[in-house]
Amino acid sequence: MSLQATTSQTVGPFFSIGLTRVNKNNLAGPGISGEQVTIAGRVLDGDGKPVPDAMLEIWQANSHGKYPHPEDTQAKPLETGFLGYGRIPTDENGKFSFTTIKPGSVPGPDGKAQAPHIAVSVFMRGLERRLVTRIYFPEEGANAGDFVLNLVEPARRGTLVAKKTAGQASILEWNVILQGDEETVFFDIGL
Amino acid sequence: MTNIASYRRPYPGTQPDHLHPPYVSSIKRAPTKPLVYMPHTLTEVTGPSMGKEGVDVKASDLTRQHSGEPLGERIIVSGRVFDENGRAVPRTLVEVWQANAAGRYLHRNDQHNAPLDPNFTGCGHTLTDNEGRYRIVTIRPGEYPWGNHHNAWRPAHIHFSVFGPAFASRLVTQMYFPGDPLIPYDPIFNCTADEKARNRLISLFDWENTIPGNALGYRFDIILAGREATPIEKLK
Repeated sequence: MSLQATTSQTVGPFFSIGLTRVNKNNLAGPGISGEQVTIAGRVLDGDGKPVPDAMLEIWQANSHGKYPHPEDTQAKPLETGFLGYGRIPTDENGKFSFTTIKPGSVPGPDGKAQAPHIAVSVFMRGLERRLVTRIYFPEEGANAGDFVLNLVEPARRGTLVAKKTAGQASILEWNVILQGDEETVFFDIGL
Repeated sequence: MTNIASYRRPYPGTQPDHLHPPYVSSIKRAPTKPLVYMPHTLTEVTGPSMGKEGVDVKASDLTRQHSGEPLGERIIVSGRVFDENGRAVPRTLVEVWQANAAGRYLHRNDQHNAPLDPNFTGCGHTLTDNEGRYRIVTIRPGEYPWGNHHNAWRPAHIHFSVFGPAFASRLVTQMYFPGDPLIPYDPIFNCTADEKARNRLISLFDWENTIPGNALGYRFDIILAGREATPIEKLK
C-alpha cells in the first residue's frame, strides 16, 4: 500500500509575497572556491513575450563536484556556506540573472561522470507543474559524452547549453523559451 | 554511487498536464514538445536543505506579524508531510502565501477592488518537526475574481511550497476548504484528471485542532514523491 503524491498546483501570479523571503541570486561568495560565472537570460512565452512573473530555482554541486546532501557520499570536500541552491524571480522584462561558481562533475549512471550542469525548476502562473531543465556550460569537452544531454535529440541539445557573451568572459547567456522552434528542452523527472 | 534509488513517478492522471486550455494562461506557457524522460541521477536525488538558514519561529503565525490583529476568521491549518511510502518528512521547509479575508493579496499586481488589511501580509513559513508535522495560524482567505473567463472566481485557497529531501521531491500546491461552492467551477483545481487526487487538495475540518472560543482547525496532509525502493529494501 502506498500513498499518491499530492497534486501540483500553479504558484499563481502573486507567489512573490510568499517566496521572495529566500530569494537568492548569488551562490558565490567569500571562501567559495571555483570559477565565478553569471548566468543571465530571459523567460519567453509562446508569443515571444517576456514572462514577468516566473521564478527559477537552481540546484548544483560545488566546484569539486560534491552536493551538500547526505546521499552524496563521494570523498570530495564540502564548503561551508555553499548551499547549492538559488531562487531567482524574473523582472518586469522577463529577465533573470544569478551569479554562482561553475560546478564540478558529479557521477552519472554506471559511474560515468556527468558534464558540469545546474538543475533548474521553472515556476510561473499558467504552469500547474514546474518545468525541469538543466544548464550546461559552453566549450565543455564532457558535454559530448554526458548521459542526460545524450537523451536529447542532437538538434535540441543547444537549448541546454549557456552561450558566451561578447566581451564579458564571466557572463553566460541562457534563456527559457517556453514554446516554438527554439523551445527549451524540458525533462520529465516525475513531478 | 552507481545504484541510485529513484523517486517514484506519479500515477497516471493524478498530476496536471502542463497544457490545460480552460486555464487560459497555460496556452502560451505550456511546452509544446514532449518532455524528455530522464532517469534520476545524483543531481535529482539530492536537493537543498532549506531549514538551515533563517527560519523564523514566529513566521508560522500569520496573525501576529503586525501591531494589530488581522480581520477575518482565525484558523489553524495543520497536518503532516509524508512521502508516498508513508514515511514522515522531517525538518523540511513549508512556505505558505494567501489573500486576506477580503480576497486581496498584498501584491502590486493585484487590482481586485477589495481592501488591503494593514495587519495582514499573507505569507509565512515553518519547518516540519521530526514526525513531519507542521502547524500554521492564519485567517481564512477570501474568494476573489480573476480574468480567466466571464465571472471567474477563485475558491478560497492557501498556496503551499514544500521541498522534501531532493530536487525530485519539490512540490508547490494549493489547499482548498471543504464545502466551498466555487471549487467545481475552478479550472486550476479541475486541471487534474483524477477526481480523488483533486479532492485530496480539499482540507478536512478538524475538531481535534479547533481551539474552543478561538479558531477553527483544518487538516491538510501533503504527500511528496517517495523512493521506488531503498537499497535496504532491495537486500531483503
